[in-house]
Amino acid sequence: MHKTLTLLLLALAAGGAAAAPADPLQAYVAQARQADPGFAPAASRGEAFFRLQRAAASGRIACTDCHTDDPRQPGRTRARKPIAPLAPVANAERLADAAKTEKWLGRNCLDVVGRACTAAEKADIVAWLISIR
Amino acid sequence: MRNHLPKIITLIVACGVSGWLFAGDHGEQDEGREGGGLPAVDHKAWRAECGACHTAFHPGLLPERSWRKLMDGLDHHFGENAGLDAATRKSITDFLAANAADRLDARRARKVAASIPSGETPLRITATAWFERKHDELSPGVWKKPSIGSRANCGACHPGADKGSFDEHAVRIPR
Repeated sequence: MHKTLTLLLLALAAGGAAAAPADPLQAYVAQARQADPGFAPAASRGEAFFRLQRAAASGRIACTDCHTDDPRQPGRTRARKPIAPLAPVANAERLADAAKTEKWLGRNCLDVVGRACTAAEKADIVAWLISIR
Repeated sequence: MRNHLPKIITLIVACGVSGWLFAGDHGEQDEGREGGGLPAVDHKAWRAECGACHTAFHPGLLPERSWRKLMDGLDHHFGENAGLDAATRKSITDFLAANAADRLDARRARKVAASIPSGETPLRITATAWFERKHDELSPGVWKKPSIGSRANCGACHPGADKGSFDEHAVRIPR
């Protein structure tokens, strides 16, 4: 009876952890490894991805248009609302909520990249933002 | 003493004018409180989600049909993806609908609603005749100032915009 309960609790804990890990980097790395077991996130790739100027209907578009060149600085939306810094070193709330991170990367990749980002790309971006001091 | 006379006269006139201006301001503000404005409303998800990118526009600035159409098209929201999960979207839609221009019992809401022809469903507050009329004295260049930048940036000139307060006498157009 005691053993069964322990197993049940362990299963619940594992299930909960797999459904929504608190750390978005861990979540994206785990997801990326399903396609590529050898995947390791690279901050340098994340930075290049963030700074890349992409062709868009309205000319060129990049993450930096709204977030500025420096993720430690606040940005601005098209409607001129301030955006809190992306780098956790400047904004403790950033990347603290995996669901929120996924919501914004989900939306913004469609707008800026023109498609959903892969888990590997998201892992790289998050790894870069965390690495900023 | 003679040298100071013009200054003294200027001072006296200035005091008189400012006193008159203050009295006028006071009267208008009282009028605003008596129902010219929009009632203060709040909704956590509305403030968090809509307010993340732009002023959390008061629901009383568009009719219910406009809010419903807008909330049905969040994946293509004025050129940006603003998609929400179904539960959040419904919660915000219900709030917007319940406090829409054609549902609120407030003079400003009624004026907004009345300015929109019944066959039209504007998605932009700035596309309503009410908005145009209220801003027709501004030169087009004003909107292009870096400190304003967008017609959606209500708060640049209306300090109470986030609370639904657009009192004309509180307006401060930034340089």
